[in-house]
Amino acid sequence: MKDEVITREERVANLKGMGCSRKRVEDARFTQGKGNYVDDIKLDGMLFGDFVRSPYAHAKITNIDTAAALEVPGVLAVLTAKDLEPLGLHWMPTLAGDKQMVLADGKVLFQGQEVAFVVAEDRYAAADGIEAVEVEYEELEVLIDPFKSMQSDVVLREDTVDENGKPMDGAHGPRTHHNHIFTWEAGDKDPTFEVIDSAEVVAEETMYYHRTHPCPLETCGCVASMDKVNGKLTLWGTFQAPHAIRTVVSLISGIEEHNIRVISPDIGGGFGNKVGAYPGYVCSVVASIVTGKPVKWIEDRMDNLMTTAFARDYWMKGRISATKDGKITGLHCHVTADHGGFDACADPTKFPAGFMNICTGSYDIPTAYLEVDGVYTNKAPGGVSYRCSFRVTEAVYFIERMIEVLAIELNMDAAELRRINFIKKEQFPYTAALGWEYDSGDYHTAWDKALKAVDYEGLRAEQAQRIEDFKAGKTRSLMGIGLSFFTEIVGAGPVKNCDILGLGMFDSCEIRIHPTGSAIARLGTISQGQGHATTFAQILASEIGLPADSITIEEGDTDTAPYGLGTYGSRSTPVAGAATAMAGRKIRAKAQMIAAYLLEVHDDDVEFDVDRFVVKGAPERFKTMKEIAFAAYNQAIPGIEPGLEAVSYYDPPNMTYPFGAYVCVMDIDVDTGVTDIRRFYALDDCGTRINPMVIEGQVHGGLTEALAVALGQEIAYDEMGNVKTGTLMDFFLPTAWEVPNYETDHTVTPSPHHPIGAKGVGESPHVGGVPCFSNAVQDAFRAFGLRHTNMPHDHWRIWKTANELGLHG
Amino acid sequence: MIPAAFEYYRPKDMAGVLSILEEHGDDARVMAGGHSLIPMMKLRMADVPHLIDLQDVGGLSDIEISNDTISIGAMVTQHAIIDHDGLAEAAPILREASLQIADPQVRYMGTVGGNVANGDPGNDMPGLMQCLDATFTVVGADGERRIPAREFYEAAYMTARDDEEVLTSVTIPRPSGGYAYEKQKRKIGDYATAAAAVQIVKEGGSCASAAIAMTNLSDTPIYSQSAAAALVGSSVDDAAISAAIDAMLGDIDPTEDNRGPVAFKKHVAGVILRRAIERAWSRA
Ligand SMILES: Cc1cc2nc3c(=O)[nH]c(=O)nc-3n(C[C@H](O)[C@H](O)[C@H](O)COP(=O)(O)OP(=O)(O)OC[C@H]3O[C@@H](n4cnc5c(N)ncnc54)[C@H](O)[C@@H]3O)c2cc1C
Repeated sequence: MKDEVITREERVANLKGMGCSRKRVEDARFTQGKGNYVDDIKLDGMLFGDFVRSPYAHAKITNIDTAAALEVPGVLAVLTAKDLEPLGLHWMPTLAGDKQMVLADGKVLFQGQEVAFVVAEDRYAAADGIEAVEVEYEELEVLIDPFKSMQSDVVLREDTVDENGKPMDGAHGPRTHHNHIFTWEAGDKDPTFEVIDSAEVVAEETMYYHRTHPCPLETCGCVASMDKVNGKLTLWGTFQAPHAIRTVVSLISGIEEHNIRVISPDIGGGFGNKVGAYPGYVCSVVASIVTGKPVKWIEDRMDNLMTTAFARDYWMKGRISATKDGKITGLHCHVTADHGGFDACADPTKFPAGFMNICTGSYDIPTAYLEVDGVYTNKAPGGVSYRCSFRVTEAVYFIERMIEVLAIELNMDAAELRRINFIKKEQFPYTAALGWEYDSGDYHTAWDKALKAVDYEGLRAEQAQRIEDFKAGKTRSLMGIGLSFFTEIVGAGPVKNCDILGLGMFDSCEIRIHPTGSAIARLGTISQGQGHATTFAQILASEIGLPADSITIEEGDTDTAPYGLGTYGSRSTPVAGAATAMAGRKIRAKAQMIAAYLLEVHDDDVEFDVDRFVVKGAPERFKTMKEIAFAAYNQAIPGIEPGLEAVSYYDPPNMTYPFGAYVCVMDIDVDTGVTDIRRFYALDDCGTRINPMVIEGQVHGGLTEALAVALGQEIAYDEMGNVKTGTLMDFFLPTAWEVPNYETDHTVTPSPHHPIGAKGVGESPHVGGVPCFSNAVQDAFRAFGLRHTNMPHDHWRIWKTANELGLHG
Repeated sequence: MIPAAFEYYRPKDMAGVLSILEEHGDDARVMAGGHSLIPMMKLRMADVPHLIDLQDVGGLSDIEISNDTISIGAMVTQHAIIDHDGLAEAAPILREASLQIADPQVRYMGTVGGNVANGDPGNDMPGLMQCLDATFTVVGADGERRIPAREFYEAAYMTARDDEEVLTSVTIPRPSGGYAYEKQKRKIGDYATAAAAVQIVKEGGSCASAAIAMTNLSDTPIYSQSAAAALVGSSVDDAAISAAIDAMLGDIDPTEDNRGPVAFKKHVAGVILRRAIERAWSRA
């Protein structure tokens, strides 16, 4: 046999299993422009639908006249809330337990809100039809500031108050004001306040984490096709969670779930923007039912930026206490969360503020208390998106800024302050004051490695010299050293405490081994650029001993893939990756029995070795997985069913907790506010590394998005609720020009409860990157008295900081 | 982002262009690279029922350099300017400025004529052309006219060109001395927060003549004669530069936008002008 002449190392290499930088199998089609995105789907007789959107942020609608639009050549129908009401579809449930207007029901609550849906023969006719719809608005007082909203007499959501104007209970309990959505608490209030009030040192700060948007290159869209003959609805769309969408569509439309097929084709970036259910989906489905033809809806860039899931918009007020020598004793965080006109977050049901209660970070903080108030305003709904959809980005920004502020208060080096407060290796598994059980970590090792790699002391010396030169008038440039150490919480999540709309957040994998020794595996997740077809095949290759190149990974078609909750929150590897390994082990268990039968020994007398089962102690006697696969289909083996297939549904016992240490070195032109990132070092510990190259790609992408958010990217509103950053001229999307060279590094602390020890990495660089870039800016001005300034650190805001510190003479 | 319906024309000569303009008046517009006009049409901020593409009209893409003048056809792209070695030698500020416009993709399409005719205060070439004392040649039903760049801009999107005239070329007296185009922007592809075009002639250690124009700091480009005057006769020392900046600040009138408030823009305008003067002087 040819196999016998190759070495064990060669057999391992041939598998292209875990740990190797296998080239991405997706790239051949993407780099040739052969991807298949929603907008590439063209069906016979397909119509195009698009929205009339509100120019006002808050207004009553007194009339909608569609007559002129219906005269426009090519326009077939114009849907308004009145048309949807008899079907009960003028409102829809959100993933956060609130509800949202599909089409404006008598009023609008944010600029860009969907008012009417024009269905036409093509998108050009639809655009002309939109112009011809006449809507009469009566403007109402606009509430953009959540604090003012909580004081205002203006009721934003009449549907949430009773006949006396009193707020009715919401999905997360009692509401204290008609514009209040929920209050959520974690930790112990009184003990925390006692500790802080009697502490030796207390640092306080209020910070605003501005509203932004993930801006995937491909906007949201769908094609709905109702086949009236067989009663089946097919819905292609940019869905990060296709199965959840199928269930939601079934629940709100009444179509039985087996008659709905949801397909996510290639997706051009998601970042949480494509998790929620949007009015466009509902209207396309209705329009297809009404017309009997397929209907496509695709957002343009402005629609996407102005109306679909934003990120952040968190006002965070913190108090952190410590002993004189820097040991942290307590943490208090209060958040005012601006959710816009509807609460359309995609949090697990029990977590209306996501996992904000990871805000004690990487530190051993004995007592803490968090409270979050969710508030309605006249802004677009959404809220949970952008590389850590569960508010972990906010939490990490909060604690990493509080650490810096405390360091200032203590007159201490911020790297040292972190070091003396890290949770120690031997404390894991560690139960944090706000409830989470951190599975594993080795923070000191990572921190020391990072500081050594950048020559931290050398940098501080250089910075001291720069400050001296600046004061002497020799330079107008300051140097900032940004530090951040983050602990992520990903892999939602254990079904006992994580569900969305009652659907447990497990995930799944189904494997079929073909007779000739190749395989297909289907998962409940869906890649949007993460490279699942590459990396999940690697997991399987290592688990079942067939080459990754012989394994097809398929996702995104609910008629074929097993049920899963989709891809977001870095959950694919922690949850579906675990399901893949577990399903692979089932295959291996059966393969072991087949091998034993073929080798005529007892099951326990064979053991797995790379790509084969060998008889223990007799390595020359073996059966390769390829041979076993064939035997599974051509031999009648007593007591064993033919075939070689397995399914696994994996309910993770815990979340996973990736961590990392980042350092940014930045020069700042004090006179213009222009920043220059000289160096960025990122050490990530995501546990077992499946594909180092893919990890590096994820880190580069996430850091670039972090840079964007920290240095300029925002969804800004004026007083009237107009979006000021609705195009890419004003909304900052970095290009290669603005992006520095990233240095990546790693340590490996496997997750003890994950079958292969992997933790997830997609969002880490964003979570850790934003505070790192921000801290670099703030650190540059520390010597001149700056405690804190809010992001985004664009030119004029940096200039303003310098100006207020008197640095312009 | 779908424009309103329009008729598309692609005439082969200028006579064809002019006759369509005459027939439809206000309802017709010429298109060069389309990279300012098409976005405006897609946002439905410009309604152009009759769109006349200039791509097929011959004779608009020449670059001619003689001993004392440079002539650039209206349809010469920003990329072509960057790529033209003779031009880079004769008037190096053109390449330096063009490299700071938009990104390569836009520069392959965007033209000199479109950039100066557009009348958007954000465009970089109007100020540049004022600094270089360029003259724009326009042609209409009544023949040709020549309009100095320094008299061309009236207000945002309002210029001395009549709606029925087409800009055919830009003529520049061959510059001498040191030059600099300095621009601050938020990111690649952005219009200026502040930009300065400076040409300086140095004779015997002092400034013999100077020209200064600022971009995106008013509703038109600002040719600041007083700023230049503050340099002439000086050794371009700190005091002279400060005087030039003060003079320039008296001429500009920036407005607040997403790039920042007025105070910031004025401050940056001063910093940018200082750097431009220093660089131009070092090259003079
Ligand atoms: C992303 C992006 C970034 C950009 N950044 C910059 C920048 O930093 N700096 C900058 O200066 N520009 C910038 N631009 C604009 C770009 O340089 C344009 O191409 C240029 O302003 C217009 O040239 P055009 O050939 O595309 O003109 P068009 O868009 O075709 O025309 C613009 C206007 O000029 C009129 N016009 C065109 N040619 C003539 C003519 N021969 N006679 C009379 N009228 C005419 C048209 O009718 C129209 O009103 C940017 C554009 C984009 C899309």
